[in-house]
Amino acid sequence: MPGPMVHKYKFNNLNIVLDVNSGAVHVVSGLGWIIIDLMEKGHKEEEIQEKLNSNYDSREVIRVLQEIKELKERELLFSEDYTQDYSRPPEHIVKALCFHVAHDCNMTCSYCFAGKGAFGGIKSKMSREVAFKGIDFLIENSGSRKNCEIDFFGGEPLLNFSLVRETVEYARKREKEAGKEFNFTLTTNGVLLEKEVMDYLNEEGFSVVLSLDGRREINDRVRTLGGKGSYDYVVPKYLSFIEKREHKDYFIRGTYTRHNLDFSEDLKHLVNLGFKSISLEPVVASPELPYALQEEDLPITYQQYDKIADLCQQFSSTSKSFSFFHFNLDLSQGPCIKKRLSGCGAGTEYLALSPEGDLYPCHQFVGKQEFLMGNVLQDLCYDHSLYNKFLKVDINSKEDCRRCWAKFFCGGGCHANAYNFNSDLYRPYGLGCNLEKKRLECALGLQAYSYLD
Amino acid sequence: MEQRHIKTINLMDLKASLHKGGCGECQTSCQSACKTSCTVGNQICQKENNEQKK
Repeated sequence: MPGPMVHKYKFNNLNIVLDVNSGAVHVVSGLGWIIIDLMEKGHKEEEIQEKLNSNYDSREVIRVLQEIKELKERELLFSEDYTQDYSRPPEHIVKALCFHVAHDCNMTCSYCFAGKGAFGGIKSKMSREVAFKGIDFLIENSGSRKNCEIDFFGGEPLLNFSLVRETVEYARKREKEAGKEFNFTLTTNGVLLEKEVMDYLNEEGFSVVLSLDGRREINDRVRTLGGKGSYDYVVPKYLSFIEKREHKDYFIRGTYTRHNLDFSEDLKHLVNLGFKSISLEPVVASPELPYALQEEDLPITYQQYDKIADLCQQFSSTSKSFSFFHFNLDLSQGPCIKKRLSGCGAGTEYLALSPEGDLYPCHQFVGKQEFLMGNVLQDLCYDHSLYNKFLKVDINSKEDCRRCWAKFFCGGGCHANAYNFNSDLYRPYGLGCNLEKKRLECALGLQAYSYLD
Repeated sequence: MEQRHIKTINLMDLKASLHKGGCGECQTSCQSACKTSCTVGNQICQKENNEQKK
């Protein structure tokens, strides 16, 4: 079992040490780095003094050792793992649903994990009956949770916009009597984002995720409608939309692939267009596909994240300041350790609802029959054995995660990726892990700089 | 004052959150922006958020 664990790395000119179990982040001097490294390798204080006395001022060595001692006493360095005995209680609470309101799409993006919207099945739209039962399902199964979440997803959810409106109206009606508060998100490709839709989403307080990959040629190579790229069509709509909502509660969400391994240029482009909340995600694709990321692409992707971190610093306190989804960290507290251990919540607190009313562990499992958890038209229950299966998949149950320094920031990775790439929920998708670790190093580094400023 | 060799930039109390956390009111991470990967460290604690609003 892993005991104390530290992660040391250099970020530009800073020496950063993360104490994994406490979450404490330290910026250390060169001598501090050497001594922590020796301690990590098992050397005792006396041995360290002896080793370093010929090359370093002994008073400084003693000072570092004293600082480390104090931090150890405060459980901020080489702290013990206190989570090993924790296991998530089987509360059987579901409080978030991804509504697949349309298994259809008005675009034909070549990299789409949803198979052009239909998730490997037939094109279909969710009925009012399924949607309302979905709301009933959440109220019935969310127990003591007050905040319930619905993400309108697809395919393209605006192909079924009338249902979105009806569902929100129904949820608003039911939430009061049930003592709940529904929060809505909508993920869209932007094609049907007309003024009426924008006004509605703003008035109803929706959070929105807007798809756009970056530079025109990059976006239009993959994101097409009617044989043409979507860039010119959606960018003006997005700009007008975010202006109307005063830049609140949105993300421009792009995907990068092997075809744009210089994706920091896409980030820069999006910033220059005026977007301030941006997420760029690595494509999820089978390795044999030409646009799929490969292990050999990692060094260049790492450089790209470094460049994005540079841009964050360069543009901060200017009119172009922006937030990059994966670099947003709240180091003063952020989520509790229970959240960090449990990760994304797929299969437990978060399920997906297909147009036919079928329930799956998350949107990426939709259509996989072995993960079918129920159907809201039949009853408002779900398969507790699959729930329990997902409940057990946490950081401590996965060998790779247990030993990983990034575990309490990452949460254990994406279950669907683990299953799709390794056919095993307990074996995370390694390439994704490497990217996540690099993003976290940048995020922690940026926090360190802002602290030192 | 002498410069410290180790500057701690945050004072997270993850251990304490094992006892006082777990209310489950925070946003499900995949609902926020990613949909294809997972990061929980960038999520907001709803409890803390509510306390700040008060």
